[in-house]
Amino acid sequence: MEALIAGVIGLLTTAGVYLLLRGHTFSVALGLALLSYAVNLFLLAMGRLTLNRPPILGSGQTDYADPVPQALVLTAIVIGFAMTAFLIALALRTRYETGSDQVDGVETTDPAPDP
Amino acid sequence: MLLFIALIPLLGALLPLWAGGRRGRDVSVWTTAAVTAASLALLLWLSPVVFDGVVLQANWPWLPQLGLNFTFRLDGLALLFGLLITGIGLLVILYARYYLAERDDLGRFYALLLLFMGAMLGMVLADNLLLLLLFWELTSLSSFLLIGYWHSRADARQGARMALTVTAAGGLALLAGFLLLGHIAGSFELSTVLAAGETVKNHPGYPVMLMLILLGAFTKSAQFPFHFWLPHAMAAPTPVSAYLHSATMVKAGVFLLARLFPVLADTDLWFYLVGGTGLITLLFAAYAALFQHDLKGLLAYSTISHLGLITLLLGLSTPLAVVAGVFHIINHAVFKASLFMAAGIIDHETGCRDMRKLNGLFKYIPWTATLAMTAAAAMAGVPLLNGFLSKEMFFAQTVYQAAAGGEVHWLLPLLATVAGIFSVAYSARFIHDVFFNGEPINLPRLPHEPPPYLRAPVEVLVAICLLVGIAPAYTVGPLLAIAATSVVGGPLPPYSLAIWHGFNLPLLMSSLALIGGALMYWQRRRLFRLGDRYPPPDGKALFERGLNLGIAATRRLTEGLENGSLQRYLALLIGVALVAGVAGAWQGGELTGDQPLPPVDLLSLLAALLLVLTTGLTMLWHRQRLTAIILLGGVGLIVVLAFIRFSSPDLALTQLTVEVVTTVLLLLALRYLPSDALPESMPSRRLRDAGLAILAGIGVAALTWGGLTRPLQPELAEYFLATSLPGGGGANVVNVILVDFRGFDTLGEATVLVIAALGITALLTGGFPLPIRSSPRVVSIEERWPLLLRMGARPLLALTLLLAAYIFLRGHHLPGGGFIAGLMTALALATQYLAGDFRWTTAQLNLDYQRLMGGGLALIGFTGLVSALFGYPFLTSAFTHAHLPIFGDFEIASAMAFDLGVYLVVVGAVMRILLELGQANAEENGWKP
Repeated sequence: MEALIAGVIGLLTTAGVYLLLRGHTFSVALGLALLSYAVNLFLLAMGRLTLNRPPILGSGQTDYADPVPQALVLTAIVIGFAMTAFLIALALRTRYETGSDQVDGVETTDPAPDP
Repeated sequence: MLLFIALIPLLGALLPLWAGGRRGRDVSVWTTAAVTAASLALLLWLSPVVFDGVVLQANWPWLPQLGLNFTFRLDGLALLFGLLITGIGLLVILYARYYLAERDDLGRFYALLLLFMGAMLGMVLADNLLLLLLFWELTSLSSFLLIGYWHSRADARQGARMALTVTAAGGLALLAGFLLLGHIAGSFELSTVLAAGETVKNHPGYPVMLMLILLGAFTKSAQFPFHFWLPHAMAAPTPVSAYLHSATMVKAGVFLLARLFPVLADTDLWFYLVGGTGLITLLFAAYAALFQHDLKGLLAYSTISHLGLITLLLGLSTPLAVVAGVFHIINHAVFKASLFMAAGIIDHETGCRDMRKLNGLFKYIPWTATLAMTAAAAMAGVPLLNGFLSKEMFFAQTVYQAAAGGEVHWLLPLLATVAGIFSVAYSARFIHDVFFNGEPINLPRLPHEPPPYLRAPVEVLVAICLLVGIAPAYTVGPLLAIAATSVVGGPLPPYSLAIWHGFNLPLLMSSLALIGGALMYWQRRRLFRLGDRYPPPDGKALFERGLNLGIAATRRLTEGLENGSLQRYLALLIGVALVAGVAGAWQGGELTGDQPLPPVDLLSLLAALLLVLTTGLTMLWHRQRLTAIILLGGVGLIVVLAFIRFSSPDLALTQLTVEVVTTVLLLLALRYLPSDALPESMPSRRLRDAGLAILAGIGVAALTWGGLTRPLQPELAEYFLATSLPGGGGANVVNVILVDFRGFDTLGEATVLVIAALGITALLTGGFPLPIRSSPRVVSIEERWPLLLRMGARPLLALTLLLAAYIFLRGHHLPGGGFIAGLMTALALATQYLAGDFRWTTAQLNLDYQRLMGGGLALIGFTGLVSALFGYPFLTSAFTHAHLPIFGDFEIASAMAFDLGVYLVVVGAVMRILLELGQANAEENGWKP
């Protein structure tokens, strides 16, 4: 199970990094979202994998999953959303200012919008 | 009380600004003078104790962990410098009032002057190395501003910049030296450091530390080869030159040498470095001074030369040399300040400083000329004036050193005499060229005697020159004694302050210097021709070239790194992270821990395979945007499943709602971002990126594996699990952590959310790109908003809101809480906008989301303040339980109000973000906000 999770997190990271390195804002946003998944899963995994023992007290069990990473990840998800949204707003504004959605540092204007 | 001596000018610096703006020149003079006089009075009030040999100390802790404290000491040396700074400061303030023109901003000048004065006083009074350095840097900064006071002039700006660059670079070296010194001595407190002399000198780090500290001192005191900034600093108004470049700032370096004398001095290294630098500076600058045609330039080089003399004396390290050095500090400050002021008067009256044109001024300004000539005679070391006495002591010391033999050669007294000859020659030039030597040539205007107040400071200073020169033991004797005592750090050997010591070698040297100097001046034409052919090297050109090289190099580096390509930045960033990770892993250690691992179940394997598939396809098809968004949603849903599988229901709920909101957002944005059907990068680039990505993935996977195969330290989890119910009153530990234990973090995160929403509003206001494709055809209302959706959405709103309320209320005990409820509410509201006409929905809902999130944030802060009101720490929670039908048992806690705040922030921010994009969509369809 652990190897599976490690592999999945690695794959998400690979996909995220690869898309982050593309030259268009939309790909970067996608990459960032994928990387967020990887990071969130990684944080959760650092509390070790616990099956069927959510940290809700009084459900008749004595052993619970680690609540600390979960609290961290919960806010990370919300902040991650805010970050994605900000990135998209930035992409839109950039396209307004420069007429392009490229982030490769080369000044180009994309073809005029369809009539 | 000590603190106030430095603090009064620092705070008082604001007064002239205020007065200068509103009240006119005289008020700002008097306030500035009053502030200075207050500091001076404090010093004088405290001085009797110091004369009794007591070292006054005061101590306020600042950052004791770093060894940084507000500790001050007033000993003889500090008192001497304090009196110089405030005394000459007073005279300069009076002088500047009449020197600066009507159009100059006097308030700003005085404010800067007081700032400098406070920094200088703080520096000489500091009893802590770090505090001393702080004030040291403040003097550099304020002198930069003062040199550049006439900031419309290019030479003033360049001079100021050069002075700052050189002295600040020295300051950096000094910081390193102080850190080393503090480390070796075990404390940054001067009192401790001064007592640790033997430890420091025997430490292997002593040479490096000494060189660093000397770099600081030499740059500040304009010692060769760092002297070149001082002549260019002459672009400053003359009162600044008189104050900073004769009496105070340039003395900071020698002050430091004197201050640390007991710790650092009396080693061979000290002797050669300090003595050698002093000697070279003394000779070189005296030679260069003779060839200056600018009045202030001559004085600047002569200042450098005299500073070299003081440095040389301190380098000799004998107690009597120290006495001579300290004595010369006083004398030089007095006669050089008066000379600068006299030069300023001449400049002011004639509009010219060129000694080739200034001739025969004696008959126009006889009284000023007499004063200036007296001061210049003191500079040359003519008997009955103060300069003679300290120069005589200097000659005596060189002879003494030569007689003592050892490493000191007979060359020393000889070179001292040569320096004396030059010094007499340039003084003679100052006197003869300016006041006699024919008639003025093409002066802008012929001079008159200046207003009496402009001359008064010169009169006072020259009077001191005479008094000290005639009766040294009765005037300056006691002050000199206590100052030198605190430098040496012990009792002084007997010496006599008198004009006449009988016929001896030093007297012979003085006479030689006087006669030789006169001869040299007489033969000056021949020398000038020589000087024109071999001009003294100017450090400025070298400095400029070095500066330009440095700037070009940094520009190349910046342009190489920062070419505007996000791809390059990210690639560099990830590359560096990889290198750091590999470097860490290189140091060895097992990757796999010894934790027993559970087997994989089929369901998990299936989910993982699905995740691999969706992720891979997202990566492959990222150019087909709609598909990519849908696939990304698929990835997100599997992550939700993973959260459920690994016992985190709260996360699953949050991720699920966020997933929906993100998808809506991406879909909204899709219309405005061009599609790139063509692959935009070269295959080689894609290969490189893939390589980086795979390496990063392997790294993260290895890290995860290493973590997962090791046992967890359970203390933190156990603490929260044990205290959640008794301490926070909730069974859902994750929620209790968020709203109670780590409430302050949550407050921060709520704030981030609000900032993001506001930032997006700002970004998208007034700058929206055109859509890629406009609507292909006119659609009917029915087609755009299907009836079923429209009708269904309204009851759905009520239902969802009810569900959100439920999720919210139970959140403290069961999965749920403010974050999730907020996201659900936002979704329900967003559905209304999607299902109906934008304008209609806006009118119906009539919600100000900006206010909503602001209110939420305020509520969170308010909850915290309430607990503070009752005397508990910020954000402490209190709770009691209540029972409602249907909802069951829940507790009313202050954490509930907190969670409500979170809820409001989430609703407000998410809706704000979505509407910002959605509104543009609507506007395009003819809707006006």
